Amino acid sequence: MSQKDYAEIFEEVKAILRRFDKVPECIREEMEIVNDLGLDSLRVMELVQEVEDVYDISFTLNELAEIRTVRDFVLRIQKEIEA
Amino acid sequence: MGLFDKLAFISQARQALEEMGIDPFNVEIQKILSPTEARIAGRKVLLAGTNNYLGLTFDPRCIEAACQATRSEGTGTTGSRTANGTFAGHRALERELAEFFGCAKAIVFSTGFVANLGVISTLTGPGDTLIIDGDSHASIYDGCRMGGADILRFRHNDTADLEKRLRRLGDRTKNTLVIVEGIYSMLGDRAPLAEIVSLKKQYGFWLMVDEAHSLGVLGQNGRGLAEECGCMDDVDFIIGTFSKSLGAIGGFCVSNHPELDLVRYASRSYLFTASPSPATIASVRRALQILAAGTDLRERLWANAHRLYEGLSELGYRLGPEPTPVVAVHMGSKEETLACWKELLESGIYVNLVWPPAAPKGESLLRCSVSAAHTEEQIERLLTAFAELAHRSAAPPSPDTHE
Repeated sequence: MSQKDYAEIFEEVKAILRRFDKVPECIREEMEIVNDLGLDSLRVMELVQEVEDVYDISFTLNELAEIRTVRDFVLRIQKEIEA
Repeated sequence: MGLFDKLAFISQARQALEEMGIDPFNVEIQKILSPTEARIAGRKVLLAGTNNYLGLTFDPRCIEAACQATRSEGTGTTGSRTANGTFAGHRALERELAEFFGCAKAIVFSTGFVANLGVISTLTGPGDTLIIDGDSHASIYDGCRMGGADILRFRHNDTADLEKRLRRLGDRTKNTLVIVEGIYSMLGDRAPLAEIVSLKKQYGFWLMVDEAHSLGVLGQNGRGLAEECGCMDDVDFIIGTFSKSLGAIGGFCVSNHPELDLVRYASRSYLFTASPSPATIASVRRALQILAAGTDLRERLWANAHRLYEGLSELGYRLGPEPTPVVAVHMGSKEETLACWKELLESGIYVNLVWPPAAPKGESLLRCSVSAAHTEEQIERLLTAFAELAHRSAAPPSPDTHE
């Protein structure tokens, strides 16, 4: 996987998020995935699986608990891609 | 903020259920009459949600064994296996389980839940990796969390997704434990074990199968999915429970790795909980003999399972992926499913109401489980009740429109 910058990943994650029902059109990086975007626990797992497929990475359940905002998620994806 | 504030949403939901007159998640069985009948809310009800697959809870041989053990050894052990709670019966049951599975070692735990907690959290720790099916039982999730290893989930029964995760791990697969279930408790489908064993040969991980719902149900001798798939030797650890086919309570792990015995000295849920009572051990030993002795109960169980699955399918209900003794009926919204569950209960049928997230994919289920003890007439009564339900609530969910 080629290196990607934060802005590029943010745009890609927004595109994935918009596929989910009830997610607002305007997604800002400080928004919380559960509280602001309205994804329940099952939808969060679907989101994670889609992102894992797109970037060919795996997230552990342990680290998911620390991801709250869209920014946290993008940074975590970036870190995993660069690892 | 008070401690109970976080539970306020449960209070609201429960109030709504109580207004209905019965809480589906807290049903009182006023009197249990047999493996398939009980009195609930003043009414005689046909039970089709008990996991009592072989119907052994009222078997006179098991009851007599439990009574004799209570008379001679008392009502409880009053201690953990490590302290004063290892009786000759515990050791005998471990020998008999090992022999039944053809394995070197067996450990008995106080419940199936605790067996998963104790074994998984002791075998894995920081630096190890667990890969579990997304639909795994809560005890598997909790056991994984307790150990401190990295936990990955793969999409339910999707071996391609499992392989992707194995590939990403590189040589960490040598310290990876993959956990699947013989029959998944909610949808009633089997794990694709033969394919997973092929991946094991390629990637070299460790493999555990939870046979909670498949012990006594699958395999020529009732050992479970690993036996049915012909891969007993490829499975490192089998976990099981006494609370379903064996009609009591308790759990176990069997393995051909002699080191399994070391788990006794390190597993907190073995070390610090009271051991199964003499009555439990005695009835389980008797039930295991019955299970091992013949196939008649399994044949009746499967005849009932096929009849219910096919009958519900003919009625137009959308069901779990394959016929097994767990027959999951996909319903509509939580509210609609609740109304159907209540209607069934009022017509004298008890099944399990399953709401998300316990039901996978956000769908609500009416989960049935059949028993060898169900008569043909009882299965027909179940089908009649579901037919009336379909008739009253217009068309049942169609396979074509609810994907």
